[in-house]
Amino acid sequence: MSPLRYLLTRLALAPPTLLGVAIIAFVVLRVVPGDPIAMMTPPGAIEADVARLRALYGLDRDILTQFAIWIGAVPQGDFGTSISLRADVLGLVAHALPATIELCLMAILIAILAGGSLAVLGAWRRGAVEAAIDAAIAVVQAIPDFLWALILVLAAVLLAGTVDLPISMRVDPRLELDNATRFLLAEHLLRGRFDVVADLLAHIVLPAAALALPLTAVIARVLKASLVEAMAQDYVLMARVKGHSRAAIILGHALRNALVPTVTLTGVQFTFLVGGTVLVEKIFSYPGIGWLAIDAVINRDLPLIQGLVLTFAALFILVNLLVDLSYALLNPRLRHG
Amino acid sequence: MAELAAASRPRRRTAALLLAPRVMFGSVVLAALAACAVAAPWLAPHDPLAQDLLYYFLPPFWSEGADPLHPLGTDSLGRDILSRLIHGARAATIVAVVAASLACLLGTALGLAAGFLGGRVDMAISRLVDIWMAFPPVLLSVVLVAVIGTGLAAVVVAIVIVDWTRFCRVVRAEVMVQRAQDYVAAARTLGLSRFRILAGEILPNLVPLLIVLLTLEMGIAVVVEAILSFVGLSVSTDAPTWGGMIAEGRTNVNQAWWLMALPTACIVVTVIALNMLGDGLRRALDPVLRR
Repeated sequence: MSPLRYLLTRLALAPPTLLGVAIIAFVVLRVVPGDPIAMMTPPGAIEADVARLRALYGLDRDILTQFAIWIGAVPQGDFGTSISLRADVLGLVAHALPATIELCLMAILIAILAGGSLAVLGAWRRGAVEAAIDAAIAVVQAIPDFLWALILVLAAVLLAGTVDLPISMRVDPRLELDNATRFLLAEHLLRGRFDVVADLLAHIVLPAAALALPLTAVIARVLKASLVEAMAQDYVLMARVKGHSRAAIILGHALRNALVPTVTLTGVQFTFLVGGTVLVEKIFSYPGIGWLAIDAVINRDLPLIQGLVLTFAALFILVNLLVDLSYALLNPRLRHG
Repeated sequence: MAELAAASRPRRRTAALLLAPRVMFGSVVLAALAACAVAAPWLAPHDPLAQDLLYYFLPPFWSEGADPLHPLGTDSLGRDILSRLIHGARAATIVAVVAASLACLLGTALGLAAGFLGGRVDMAISRLVDIWMAFPPVLLSVVLVAVIGTGLAAVVVAIVIVDWTRFCRVVRAEVMVQRAQDYVAAARTLGLSRFRILAGEILPNLVPLLIVLLTLEMGIAVVVEAILSFVGLSVSTDAPTWGGMIAEGRTNVNQAWWLMALPTACIVVTVIALNMLGDGLRRALDPVLRR
């Protein structure tokens, strides 16, 4: 199968997968005990008002009709109205999604830079340095992002006074922002508002590091193994005979050939990273879609949960597609296949 | 001579397995955890729920003003931290053992079916796994616990429903590898039934893999239990759990950081121990890595 056909097949499979996710989410959520209307009405609300609200949100119909109404509106971009926040679901998600995207991209940037340098260092300096890196990788990888987030909160509290890093929110509310989109970091960087950028970076670094650390370990381990393997190949011997230095060989020859398995695994792990935002954003009160999700579940906000689950599923599918694409581009055997 | 050496190899291998540092460390920590879980009522110096509002936020023993009666201090309601940690080990152990075993059973059964039967069964199970994995796992378990209700049983059910795919995918792939091996063809030539080939020939070759996956899944289960308690959806607030203690500690982290640090440390040590054990076992059991 040619890479293009493979990708088209994968793309064609995305809508049915999303539909499957939508159906499962809808069915599971409709059997949730706990009434969203009861949560929004004050105690002592009269029966007729409660019934009117139920009818307003369509909760009095049977589940098939509810699903038909909901799925029928989705192609027009209408994901319903959030019950707890009383706002358009698409608007809420669109408002929070850029924060999560910036957080995820920052995390993957940290992971690639840190993991990549550790791998190159380990492959370059075999022996004691490599052993120390291996031990660190094993410990870092064993601890999931949830625990890293807690550890980083503790570290920030204990280091307060020496290094002051905020442990909640996305930006200091006293700062005057200068934005048209919700991609605050990218936009303020482009507009040259470096005071805001510095504050945004201070807020994003701990949650991004919590998400990045497990991935850093994965990248370092896999890339180092591939580098060590590549270093044993004939073309490396050839380059050495020609008199290239070890560092030049690693960076100029081995790295490119060692990238394929790393990219694949990074992609798989990146979906875990996106899923991890749910908790990390909650722990750091970072206002992205993960932070919305926990509160939506606690408030039994059915339309919002549905919208968020679909958003996460679409992100997962998109990331997987991008990984397949980069894999096909990086691997010459697949490119000409 | 050669025969003698060959005969003593399995025993030496078992001894080497148990003496490997990772396996040693993992087993010792887990044995201590299990002991705490079983003997919690006798080990804990205080009732984990007894409040003493006169002595709240007592610091642990290494700081100034510590009370020797409460070696690890007290929380915002004056409850003894050490006792709460010991009782929390109980919830963690139960969830780890029960949830991981059930997820392993369900995932292995479906993975065996998909890998061995192939065709439509494989298609159906693989599509299901794909759809399942498109859900963010944490969100799925949070939603599930909201559906099923709180309590240890609900947490166990949620972990099984979310994590069976981990076993299913790996087992399916491994069965497909094993199915193509010569020994399966030989068994088929001997006229063994498909079920006997699967249960008697292929399954034993999956056991090392399953032991490793199970150990790692136990670590995941401990973390998921903590996550659900942290979000406020696990066991009711009167049964102490590490996650619940962390959630309480997070709100008071600026006044008393150790309230959050101690249960976090318990989970980190448990998870690292389970990982080391899994990794050590993998190295010892995997014939490719052993060479």
